[in-house]
Amino acid sequence: MRLLDMFRGREKQTASVAKERLQLIVAHRRSGGLKGPVYLPQMQADLLAVIRKYVEVSDEAVKIDVERDGDLEVLELNIVVPDGRL
Amino acid sequence: MAAKIIVVTSGKGGVGKTTTSASFATGLAQRGHNTVVIDFDVGLRNLDLIMGCERRVVYDFVNVINGEASLRQALIKDKKVDNLSILAASQTRDKDALSQEGVGRVLEELAKDFEYIICDSPAGIEKGAMLAMYFADEALVVTNPEVSSVRDSDRVLGILQSKTERVVHGIGPIKEHLVLTRYSAQRVAKGEMLSVDDVQEILAVPLLGVVPESATVLNSSNAGSPVILEPESDAGSAYMDLVDRFLGEERPHRFLTEERKGFLGRLFGT
Repeated sequence: MRLLDMFRGREKQTASVAKERLQLIVAHRRSGGLKGPVYLPQMQADLLAVIRKYVEVSDEAVKIDVERDGDLEVLELNIVVPDGRL
Repeated sequence: MAAKIIVVTSGKGGVGKTTTSASFATGLAQRGHNTVVIDFDVGLRNLDLIMGCERRVVYDFVNVINGEASLRQALIKDKKVDNLSILAASQTRDKDALSQEGVGRVLEELAKDFEYIICDSPAGIEKGAMLAMYFADEALVVTNPEVSSVRDSDRVLGILQSKTERVVHGIGPIKEHLVLTRYSAQRVAKGEMLSVDDVQEILAVPLLGVVPESATVLNSSNAGSPVILEPESDAGSAYMDLVDRFLGEERPHRFLTEERKGFLGRLFGT
């Protein structure tokens, strides 16, 4: 450690901050990002077909999101049915 | 022996792709390998400047693709080094000037005459960059020890692993090499810059070479002479090592640690 640093006090090492931030981003991309598993689009289409057996909905009626919370993956499914159709 | 196609890529601009392409191609040629280096940056050609042949460009890559010139007419033979040719990019603003079919055709023809085909990719992940990567057997991923460059390199690695001919056609993965440029051991020691170990740990790509931040790089590009032709300089010798390592020789990595300073330097820093 240099003499002047002893008086200044050691500031937070920016390189280690950079490393932590990058590790998160890279791990995220390599796990496929928030796109979720490859079968999601097909599952979305299948769900839409099932719902349409009972009620008329638009192509955008079924929304699927994957969220990651620590080690936990949450699959969020949203089905929007127009007013008065249920 | 079949030609090897090597893409020099990075995602981010300004990290040293063209500098690396020029020195890598020059180094391979110096060691007796018949090498051609191609500028894929259509509209913003610069490899010719770094190689010092900008006044000898008559025909370019796009002319060859369009059949307006033969390869023999368009290839520029380097004046400083034997076994080295340059294919310049076109200055057209037509971003569709490169086609996969056209690029593939030219590379196939080049493969008959050359051992190494170096593709200098443009920045970004648009068409030119995708095509520079598409036919590659190996990739040099040029990265600066800096957050945006590392992230972009990761992005480019994702493309190399999914959108290239070898992968799409199930031939096998592209061999990846990390080239860390503009490295400052001094700033790493102070904890201000990602270290080579940090970057390797994040990207998980085998390290081919570390090129230190060096004044010689700018001097060399000013003069239009690849920095590897300054073998006494730090950056030049780093590229020499890198080429030797690529060709399978053992070369310890240099420039990873700070040079020893005198007593006063250590006391006060500089």
